[in-house]
Amino acid sequence: MRRLGKNRQRDIVSQTTLDNAFDRRTFTIGTAMGGIGVLLATRMAYIAIAENEKYELESESNRVNLSLIPPRRGWILDRNGAPLASNRADFRVDIIPDRTPDAESTIATLTGILGLDENQAADVMKRIEDSPGFQPVEVASGLAYEKFAAVSVRLPDLPGVVPQRGFSRFYPTGPSVGHLVGYVGPASAEEYEQDRNALLITPGYKIGKDGLEKVFEQKLRGVPGARRVEVTASGRIIRDLETREDTQGNPIHLTIDGPLQDYAARRIGLESGSVVVMDCETGDLMCMASMPSFDPNSFSSGIGRVEYSMLRDDERVPLRNKVLKGLYPPGSTVKPMVSMSFLREGLDPEETVFCGGGLRVGNRVFGCWNRRGHGQVNMAKGIYQSCDVYFYHFAQRIGMDPIALMARRCGMGQEFDLPVISQFYGTVPDPAWKKEKYGSDWQAYDTVNATIGQGYMLANPLQLAVMAGRLATGRHVEPRLLKTTPIKGFENVDFPEEHVKYVRQAMSDVVNGPGTAGRGRLPFEDIKIAGKTGTAQVVSLSKSNGKTGPWKYRDHGLFIFFAPFDKPKYAGAVVIEHGGGSGAAYPIARDVMTFLFDPAKGMEALRALESQWGGTAQQRLDAKYRSYAAAAGEAVEPVPAREEEIFDRVEAEARVEARQTEELADDVVRPRIDTSTSPGEPPPGSRVTPAPSPTATPSPAPASTPATPQ
Amino acid sequence: MSGVIPAPVARQPWQMLLPLFTLIGFGALVLYSAAGGSWDTYAMSHLVRFVVFLGMAAVMSQFSREMAIFFAFPIYGVIIVMLAAVEAIGFVGGGSQRWLNLGFMQLQPSELMKPAIVLVLARFYTTLPVGLIPTWRSVVPAGALIALPVAMVLLQPDLGTSLAIAFGGAVIMFVAGLPLRWFIGAAIAAAVLAPVAFFFGLQPYQQKRVFTFLDPESDPLGDGYHITQSKIAIGSGGLTGKGFNEGSQSHLNYLPEPHTDFIFATMAEEWGFLGGVVVLGAFAFILGWGLSVARQSSDRFGKLIATGMTATIFFYVAINLMMVMGLAPVVGIPLPFMSHGGSSMMTNMICIGSLMMVNRWNRLAPRAGLTL
Repeated sequence: MRRLGKNRQRDIVSQTTLDNAFDRRTFTIGTAMGGIGVLLATRMAYIAIAENEKYELESESNRVNLSLIPPRRGWILDRNGAPLASNRADFRVDIIPDRTPDAESTIATLTGILGLDENQAADVMKRIEDSPGFQPVEVASGLAYEKFAAVSVRLPDLPGVVPQRGFSRFYPTGPSVGHLVGYVGPASAEEYEQDRNALLITPGYKIGKDGLEKVFEQKLRGVPGARRVEVTASGRIIRDLETREDTQGNPIHLTIDGPLQDYAARRIGLESGSVVVMDCETGDLMCMASMPSFDPNSFSSGIGRVEYSMLRDDERVPLRNKVLKGLYPPGSTVKPMVSMSFLREGLDPEETVFCGGGLRVGNRVFGCWNRRGHGQVNMAKGIYQSCDVYFYHFAQRIGMDPIALMARRCGMGQEFDLPVISQFYGTVPDPAWKKEKYGSDWQAYDTVNATIGQGYMLANPLQLAVMAGRLATGRHVEPRLLKTTPIKGFENVDFPEEHVKYVRQAMSDVVNGPGTAGRGRLPFEDIKIAGKTGTAQVVSLSKSNGKTGPWKYRDHGLFIFFAPFDKPKYAGAVVIEHGGGSGAAYPIARDVMTFLFDPAKGMEALRALESQWGGTAQQRLDAKYRSYAAAAGEAVEPVPAREEEIFDRVEAEARVEARQTEELADDVVRPRIDTSTSPGEPPPGSRVTPAPSPTATPSPAPASTPATPQ
Repeated sequence: MSGVIPAPVARQPWQMLLPLFTLIGFGALVLYSAAGGSWDTYAMSHLVRFVVFLGMAAVMSQFSREMAIFFAFPIYGVIIVMLAAVEAIGFVGGGSQRWLNLGFMQLQPSELMKPAIVLVLARFYTTLPVGLIPTWRSVVPAGALIALPVAMVLLQPDLGTSLAIAFGGAVIMFVAGLPLRWFIGAAIAAAVLAPVAFFFGLQPYQQKRVFTFLDPESDPLGDGYHITQSKIAIGSGGLTGKGFNEGSQSHLNYLPEPHTDFIFATMAEEWGFLGGVVVLGAFAFILGWGLSVARQSSDRFGKLIATGMTATIFFYVAINLMMVMGLAPVVGIPLPFMSHGGSSMMTNMICIGSLMMVNRWNRLAPRAGLTL
């Protein structure tokens, strides 16, 4: 059965059935072929006709590469129209991580071509890793044409690499304007998120990261140009299709005097500090130098790890703008201001107090800096001899509130309407403030401390300069940084003419008379500078005597000034951190003012100093960088991913540091000898002037003692 | 026939030759453009090769049926030996070992195997007694004849060519009248085994190609790049194309292999859908003629050869066009008569020559049915 069944199942095959099968099956094959042919034709019609528009667009976007031409940034000009920040033609190479399949090998190749060192290569790799991918990362800029050309010809092997000729930011005076002007850098991912402008991810475009560059970003930005080019798959440009030029950003005109700013920055020399000079007839800020600083030119491709590490490790905090974010106890520089408050409260300037070297307040004795005492002291002598007892005595009579009011009126504790990222405004303590902050009552010794600018009192150098300007003119001088800002405040007369004249004369005597800053005289017959020295204690006496020992513990040196003393044109302040006393500050003020009136004479003095220091600020910074890089070798820690973090950290540290002097508030402050010259110089014989007669008048009495040799 | 045209000219199969010349000439134009406007780079050698291989096809067409039957097995044997030689001494290019260096040319024996498998299977089924067709004796030897070269080519590894050989062999078995249920069973078995073969038989790069084909956008700059750019080229051509020498996709190097595997995309970009219709039409004429030659043949050997050769050409055309239009994974199969390349031109012209040979047999011995 099975066998039979099986046989029956087998097909009967003959030549005829085969021929029939062949015909049927070839027909099937032909039909299948025709079917596939129709399918293909339909498919093609669908792609080419129905979806034509879509693919045409894709083909165009393949072929045409639209690239933005980054606009040239507007210049930042000083008061005379000289650039503090300009642009220069530049060859640069960027890399777009998304278009680079193997970033590591591409960077390795570029490192070879461009001659980067290992740290630079590591920095670029880190930036690539941190970048969101579509944003270009700068590999190098400021390239020589040969290197630029070498990269350009190898483009087919370097996917994602964009060589460009464009413009880069240039700061002719480098570190001198670092804190003031800020610097530029590629936009971070966050900045792009906030401002979804395609320009921010255009290779070669930099935005302001700090200082004026950041504040005036929109104004400086300009309008990008555009270039449509035909490119091959590998990115080679075949031809330009269309180009629209960029429009340069608007310039900003500052009131800063470029040469003066540079001079002051260089004059600070090896110290850490700041110099502010303002025109007290207009409020123009002519100089806001803060040193040591960074070179904004070297930050433009992002902050390199070696540089960052060097700047971070420096205890003089080159990343902090000390003009705005350095807070210091103003020390004796507040005395003219306190005097002004006494005058206002009706104190007769000729009223005297006997200074025997100290004054008992409560159960403590507060010393005068001059242990031997000043004898009978009136207000003028109190200022030019910086007699502490005079102020201890009368401050207790007048009370803290009028003094605090005057301090605020003079600018202390105030924020000014300036185009800056941030400013610290310090502290003017008064009973209400202490109650709120510490919950304790104001004590007599708090007043005593405050009148000599110690204790809780804190101010930044800009405030001190404004104070000098307001005291000098009697007007409510408002500082301004832009030429376009309207001049204001001068209609407000703060102090009566007679009070102003009295204080001016006393401050002139500080320098030109029997005062504490005899070496601060200007080398001119007809121009006399007036000022007030200050030496601020930083740590308690138990830690340091303020003159020697660790740098961090030395006293701050301060000096406020104006010139000419009888018809003030310029006012300013110099603060030298841990300079060991005011002697570190006023010679700088003297030289800066000398330069302002006679640049040749000023330069002469500076050149002599710089030859001792080892070059200009820029040269020293470069040398330091080289030696640091050599010492650090290749194991340098990377920079924080966000540059903002760097400055946030610096600012936080500044706040902490500013508060450390508050700890001294409950201490007995032993005022420091205020006539010291800069450390290292032989103490002049006239260091402590013999007390003049108790009836000394505030007239510019010829110094009864030999002036310090100049 | 009109007396104006001499008989030797008139009796040539012009319904095939004219579309063929069209394709060759059109191909030369596209190659001229793909070379950036140069005759010397690709187009000239394309035309020269065609002339040479057309001469070869003309010579082939003169072979008699007896000679073809006599030489079928020896030719097959020689090519098998050559495939073995490739394994042993062939040189490696592009990741696989495919070529034999004969001194004057690079020979790819796997290409020769495509027409050869058709020839040897036709020979086998011609002599196989009719009664044995539904038995194992019709399938096992034929299967072995196919499996041996397929396996050797797979080892090279060259998936595209081994598929072409298998396809040619399967078509012969199909039209030779083997029971339909075997094909259905084989198709089911293949459907079951395909995933297994995919995961264990294919090279990783081939697996990736399949994945990419299924989702080209998953890797637009890698493997999907080819398919995407090819579709952009075809799609941006529109109805009439961007114009001769105006194709940006090919000229700016977005299209990979614009002169070989993706020549159809190069053509479509510049000539549009109309150019595509011309190419498809020409292939339709050639393949239709091939099938008609098979159907007109009076003997089994001629029928099988003609069908197999037509199917081989068809396989090239279909796979290539499906690939460039994004309907098949990227396999390195050129478009017959248009792509630049000697091996594919030779194979396809052997197929044409074989068809012309069968066509001549038909003319000399008209189909029996007509006289009876």
